[in-house]
Amino acid sequence: MPPPTVGAMEERWSTEHVLSLAPDAASQKAAGKLSTPAPWSAAGTDGTALWGECRGSGSTPYRTVIELATPAYRCSCPSRKFPCKHALGLLLLWSGTPEAVAAAEPADWAADWLAARRERAAIPSAQATADPAAARRRAEKRGARVAAGAAELRLRLADRIRHGLADRSTAGPWEEVAARMVDAQAPGLAARVRELDGLPQERLLEEYAMLHLLATAATRIDELPAGLAATVRTRVGYTTDAAEILAGPTVRDRWQVLGSRTAPMGDGGDDRLTTRRVWLRGAKTGRPALLLAFGRPDQAPDLAVPTGHLLEAELAFHPAARPLRAALGTRYGAPEPGPAAPPTGLTVAEAVAGYGTAVADDPWLDAWPTVLAGVVPVRTPEGWQLTDGHHTVPVRPSAVPEPALWRLAAVSTGRPLTVFGEYGHQGFAPVTAWAGDHRPIGLTTA
Amino acid sequence: MTITQDPWESLRTTALLGTDRRPLPATALPLAESVDQDDPATALLELAALATVRRRAGALPVPAAGPPGPPAPEDPRPELPPAAARRLAVLLAGRSNGGGTLANLTELLPQWLATARARGFRPPAALVPALLDAARARSELRTDGVALAGPLGRWLAGQNPDWRYVLRTTAPDAPEQPTDDHLWHEGLFAERVTHLTLLRRRDPAAGLALLRSTWPTERAEDRLLFLDALQDGLSPADEPFLEAALGDRSKNVRATAAELLSTLPGSDLAHRMAVRATAAVRLAEPGTHLLVTPPAECDAGMQRDGIPLKSPTGRGERAWWFGEVIAAAPLAVWPETTGLTPEQLLTLRVGDSIDETSSSWADDLREAWARAAVRQHDADWARALLGPAPVPPARGAGRSRAPRATGAPSKLLAVLPPAERAVWTAAFIEVHGLGEAFQLLGACVTPWTPPLSTAVVTALARAAASGAYPWSHSGVLGMTERALAPETAAAVEALAAEAAPESAWSETFARLAGTLRFREAMLAELGA
Repeated sequence: MPPPTVGAMEERWSTEHVLSLAPDAASQKAAGKLSTPAPWSAAGTDGTALWGECRGSGSTPYRTVIELATPAYRCSCPSRKFPCKHALGLLLLWSGTPEAVAAAEPADWAADWLAARRERAAIPSAQATADPAAARRRAEKRGARVAAGAAELRLRLADRIRHGLADRSTAGPWEEVAARMVDAQAPGLAARVRELDGLPQERLLEEYAMLHLLATAATRIDELPAGLAATVRTRVGYTTDAAEILAGPTVRDRWQVLGSRTAPMGDGGDDRLTTRRVWLRGAKTGRPALLLAFGRPDQAPDLAVPTGHLLEAELAFHPAARPLRAALGTRYGAPEPGPAAPPTGLTVAEAVAGYGTAVADDPWLDAWPTVLAGVVPVRTPEGWQLTDGHHTVPVRPSAVPEPALWRLAAVSTGRPLTVFGEYGHQGFAPVTAWAGDHRPIGLTTA
Repeated sequence: MTITQDPWESLRTTALLGTDRRPLPATALPLAESVDQDDPATALLELAALATVRRRAGALPVPAAGPPGPPAPEDPRPELPPAAARRLAVLLAGRSNGGGTLANLTELLPQWLATARARGFRPPAALVPALLDAARARSELRTDGVALAGPLGRWLAGQNPDWRYVLRTTAPDAPEQPTDDHLWHEGLFAERVTHLTLLRRRDPAAGLALLRSTWPTERAEDRLLFLDALQDGLSPADEPFLEAALGDRSKNVRATAAELLSTLPGSDLAHRMAVRATAAVRLAEPGTHLLVTPPAECDAGMQRDGIPLKSPTGRGERAWWFGEVIAAAPLAVWPETTGLTPEQLLTLRVGDSIDETSSSWADDLREAWARAAVRQHDADWARALLGPAPVPPARGAGRSRAPRATGAPSKLLAVLPPAERAVWTAAFIEVHGLGEAFQLLGACVTPWTPPLSTAVVTALARAAASGAYPWSHSGVLGMTERALAPETAAAVEALAAEAAPESAWSETFARLAGTLRFREAMLAELGA
């Protein structure tokens, strides 16, 4: 094995980033307690991995290994949480007290696991060879069911308009219609339908109309231009296999991480899964991209790159009228720290125009990733706003918890700063802030 | 319906009432003519979709209402070292219940804040809201938390009603001082108290003058707390005002004025009390005992000087008046009139005209002297009343009497200089163990001195060896986690190793050692 190298990997992660990897708040707390050198022995790093032995209540210490590039974790503790508190604690120790994690070659037990991991990664996953004819039959069958479901939805919507939205006496709950959409294999339609019951009356017509538009488009996907057809398919609920997309054209760039957000999936109905969204921008192409990762219960989503870092990689974009979501392909090296300066951003007027252009491509687009430059967060009687002195955007109500907005105000100290977030017709949802040449501050991570 | 009406509004009205009742409105939307109007309901949905997408795609930016308010003042302090900033984030996030391998992290926050503040650091802006939230929930964190949050904290507090307390929290070293009395006349009650306290610290005479200017119109509850604020910078110059307050309508105001006057040794009230006290206690002729003649009545003068007619706990009236008089009399009067030191006075027998030796008068007198010593911050008397630090039997001549319980020893202890407190408490623990030491330890300055820390650790080791349960010492253990000197960590780790594996004590000591290491690292990061 070559001697430990000191390179870009030596850049340690921030506490904030480490804590953002935790599957839940309890793990964050537990890890905080393991962030001192006291419980650790034989802790070391070779620049690509960390390892150490953590003394617990039992007689044998737990052995923890972390491979930093992925990152991947391994611990001998019985915890079902993933990553466990030992892995997080070791990361915190390394991040906060570097001298406690000495440069060394991996201990034998760590080296074994790391080597096994490298071998596994080298074997490409076996591609299931499907019968193309059977696949086509299945697709045709589903297309027919989706179209039938969409047609039924159009009738239901029109029915309500005939009777009047104010008259709720004759209409049953939308939940029942949502179930029909699930049967029709159109989960995207089902999710939108389910939201109708909870909407305030003043927003009903808008949502009925956009749902009608989507259902109409779903009945005639084949007549639409390719990009728009792909957008409609995605919104109706067709999923795309990442491997299939990665087999197609990819874009190689140095992708800068603009921000990330982890949230439970769905509206409380199924909060067993968490979703991590990571927004990127190509340093060369300037293209925005969105990566999604999903975590099972008690496990953090596996995709973790610190905000502000650059990741050289191939991305394959999901087909859409306005491509944004991407699958992560080959990576070239580990993430490196990005430039100290904040990313270039737009004025408020430019951001509003930018979203308008995006809506022209995808009428159902609720928000578009946007970097605002030189804005000041202001609290007004009407709610939070961001202003650049010429124009103002409201912060989307309830998109961001109140403490995050006070964090934003504190970081700004009342002076202009750069903010990344999603801007759309309901306002701006901030995710990351850069004040001066300081490191980016994630607003929603504790 | 005319087509000049807002197309969206006319669509919405029709949708609410239903196309069965209302005809499809004519709208001036571009492309509206391309919508198939065969089915009015479907046509309405399509027109609404058209209008919605048009509005979203064509939205214009909203002009700014005006320039944003003034930014936060610059904070000249250096930012916390990165490791200390990370530690603060962990401490602020750490709302653990105290289980596990470390003490409740929030218990370490007060010490962290005090140290960081003393070192003159500025916290990272992103952590200031969490800091203000923490100090809002725990008032003992407020002074240090607010000082640490600095100008940014005050700026934020001006915008968030939840953090209004920041504006009311007095920071003794705050650079900003009240410059005019606007707050006094228009502020909230707490803001007025702060204003008066700050002014009083800077210019006692001006503070008194300000209070006088509005005194007659203040409410009784407010007068009480304003009067209390005069404790800062109390001097003979305040006496005429306080004398007048002895005639206040409110009983509590009168009592507070009397208490303040009794701590002014040269005041008329102190003199009147001295006369009453020396009439009540005198040195009997041979000089062997003190003769008590309790007051026969509580006359109007005594009542005016703050002596309540009745004991709130129902004690005999004469004994009650006696105690109140002695407690309010300047202690200096006793050595002056008898020529004896406090120690000598305390060894004398005490009695009355019937019985030359009465333990009940002796206790009453001691108790009253103890109250006077605490009130007048008299270290000589406090030392005499506490008695010498207990001597362990091994070193002393087998003589280990517990100090006589006088008043609350912890209050007397608090009057002594910090170093003396630690020495006395360490000696006490060495002799009497931890059972009675909780309040005494609470009176000692944290972190404890190494000798006091060692005494506590040794006592814990003895308790463990004696088969006691750790939870019977949970009060002292909680305090120990916050206050034990970090130098003791190695000794505690050794105890953890010696204790029976998996036992409650081994867990207790391991946890304590972990906490000490954590505190050590935490203070090292702050360069303390």
